[in-house]
Amino acid sequence: MITDPGHVDKISGQTTTGHEWDGIRELNTPLPLWWLYMFYLTIVFAFGYWIVYPSWPLVSSYAPGLFGYTNRTQVAADVAAGQAARMQMAAGLEKASLAQIVADPKLLEIALAEGKAAFGDNCAPCHGSGGQGQKGYPNLTAGRWLWGGTLDQIQTTITHGIRADDPDTHTSLMPSFGKDGILKPEQVREVVSYVRTLSGLDPEQGVDVAAGKKIFAENCVACHGEDGKGNTDMGSANLTTKVWQYGSDLKDLTFTIAYARNSTMPAWGQRLDPETIKALAVYVHSLGGGT
Amino acid sequence: MTLASEEIYDDGPLYAAAKKVYPQKVWGTYRRLKWIVLWIALGVYYILPFIRWNRGPNQPSQAVLVDIAHSRFYAFFIELWPQEVYYFTGLLILAALILFLSNALFGRVWCGYACPQTVWTDLFTWVERVIEGDRRDRIKLDEQPWTADKIVKRVAKHAAWLLIALLTGGAAMLYFVDAPTLMRDFFTLKAPFIAYLWAGILTFTTYSLAGHMREQVCLYMCPWPRIQAALTDNDALNVTYRFDRGEPRMSVKEAVKAHAHGQPAGDCIDCMQCVAVCPTGVDIRKGAQLGCIQCGLCIDACDAVMTKVKRPTRLIAYDTDENRDRRKRGEKNLYHLIRPRTILYAAAIALTGSVMLYALLTRTNSHLSVLHVRAPLYTQTAQGGIRNGYTLRFSNKLSEPSDFALEVSGVPGTTVTSVVAKPLADGRLGARVDPDATLEVPVYVTTSPDAKVTASTPITFTAIDAKTGERSVVIDHFFGP
Repeated sequence: MITDPGHVDKISGQTTTGHEWDGIRELNTPLPLWWLYMFYLTIVFAFGYWIVYPSWPLVSSYAPGLFGYTNRTQVAADVAAGQAARMQMAAGLEKASLAQIVADPKLLEIALAEGKAAFGDNCAPCHGSGGQGQKGYPNLTAGRWLWGGTLDQIQTTITHGIRADDPDTHTSLMPSFGKDGILKPEQVREVVSYVRTLSGLDPEQGVDVAAGKKIFAENCVACHGEDGKGNTDMGSANLTTKVWQYGSDLKDLTFTIAYARNSTMPAWGQRLDPETIKALAVYVHSLGGGT
Repeated sequence: MTLASEEIYDDGPLYAAAKKVYPQKVWGTYRRLKWIVLWIALGVYYILPFIRWNRGPNQPSQAVLVDIAHSRFYAFFIELWPQEVYYFTGLLILAALILFLSNALFGRVWCGYACPQTVWTDLFTWVERVIEGDRRDRIKLDEQPWTADKIVKRVAKHAAWLLIALLTGGAAMLYFVDAPTLMRDFFTLKAPFIAYLWAGILTFTTYSLAGHMREQVCLYMCPWPRIQAALTDNDALNVTYRFDRGEPRMSVKEAVKAHAHGQPAGDCIDCMQCVAVCPTGVDIRKGAQLGCIQCGLCIDACDAVMTKVKRPTRLIAYDTDENRDRRKRGEKNLYHLIRPRTILYAAAIALTGSVMLYALLTRTNSHLSVLHVRAPLYTQTAQGGIRNGYTLRFSNKLSEPSDFALEVSGVPGTTVTSVVAKPLADGRLGARVDPDATLEVPVYVTTSPDAKVTASTPITFTAIDAKTGERSVVIDHFFGP
């Protein structure tokens, strides 16, 4: 450091560094020595850090440090500890039936929390983070269920899936009425308009709804019922509600009837343990399940 | 800037070794005051964790407890939950304002009397004095070669310091777990490792800060002296050397001579006692300065000397620079303790204090929070109604279970359903919340199929505690297409 002996600050009697800004000169105040020692101490600490923690990059790997510590193993340990704590709580779910879980406030709290987490991990990509669904994927909050909305029905659907690779899966196929030539394009048009009237929507103008009704009675009532309310045993949709999985406009409905949708869902029994599926059933049922 | 080549610059020191301060023993008004504050402060620190407070079964019986494991803070009749951290914010604001006010009135009284650094340094200096003797003895001892006597004194001093430091660091732990239990476990080596770790850390900091760092903490580490410099004004009472009375300083003999020649002589006899007793080693006669913690010990020292030489005391006193100038002009002393600044600080303290007191007195034992489900914002049900989801959380701060009833109003013709809350006899939804716990209750509010729903309607949730009748009201919104 350069000090100008000619410049001694009159008030403090201290020499200045000679650096001047607009007539103000910086006092040359030496740092305390212990401060310097602290700095040396941090250097020593840094060497210690090098030795104890992984810090040196090598050609294809890195120096693992004295105790082989990594954040990754720390996270793995934390996750394992979390899992162990979770298993303790989930133990109650294993023994109880779905009805018992819902009746017990403590088990219900655990099932809802666990179900919500499992839903986010496994179901949300198709059914939405809150179970609201999207075009082609059922809205689970609307109270409309293709395969039934009771706790047991939901558990069965999650476990075995829909049109999945599982011996007990839900199976049923709607014919592709247009593609397979069962109905002529004009007939499809007529039945589309009739189906719209079932839920109070307007038919296409100039289309013979009565003819549509006749086609419906001949081709659709076997599965969807005479009143169009569907049947949860065979997964046929209730056509009288405000909720449409694939949309209710003329184009969407025409496509549905002409080509059929027959969507699928995996059999989660092959991927998740029974307790998680129980929790999922309770959670999904809480979103808008029926009795 | 560029330096002219002909100018000669010399290399000054980059680092300076700390000059050791040997505060001399002193007795007087301010020393007595400092002892009183010290014993009160230490008394509170050590006794507080042992005060018991009955909160009923399954509740801690310690009056003041920071229960980190269960995230609760207890202070006598107050029990705070983590979401009530604003009380601490209020406390910090209050503390800052009180510091500002005390500073506007009496300068750095906090530094001089109540700061833990000052209290513990005082205690450590006293121990040092008892073992090694007063200022001169300590200076001599430092210069002495290592003799048996010196080794004994040094070992005794550091042992005593470490013991006090351990008691300080250990006592801090008493605020975080049940004190008597920890006391027993600590000495039977059954306490958790974290208790020993923190007691060790605080022992080390106490030992090094109060034993070795002392005034260096005030000079280099603490931000308050810098803030204080910005807060002080001409009317604040600071420890002041009465320059007008003391100068020109000279010995008693010289003063007699000067008077004989008709020359002025000040009251200061330049005995350096004020410097000798100073715990930070400053010369108060140089005026207000960073190193001065304004403990008033130099006032006691100077008063003793002035009494001895039969001159009026309080050559150094709590005074203002303004008064010094007034006396020079032959005017009377003027003390402006009540002035806009202090009134403003006092008003701010009163306001903050009242707000906190009000919040504390009207604090309820139950609480309701409502979170609107965002995905989906609303659902059209199969029947055609509009449904909104809300995640409610009931909090029960009592030590016994509470039964809550839920009332929902604002959107006509709705039904309220929940899988967690069950319908009561009167049709409202009800839920039981465990003692000292919260309960999450998902609730669905559904309109009838033919209801007209606007994009956003205010909706009111009221949780009524059956036992206390407390009502927690939260207003949210009901969304539609």
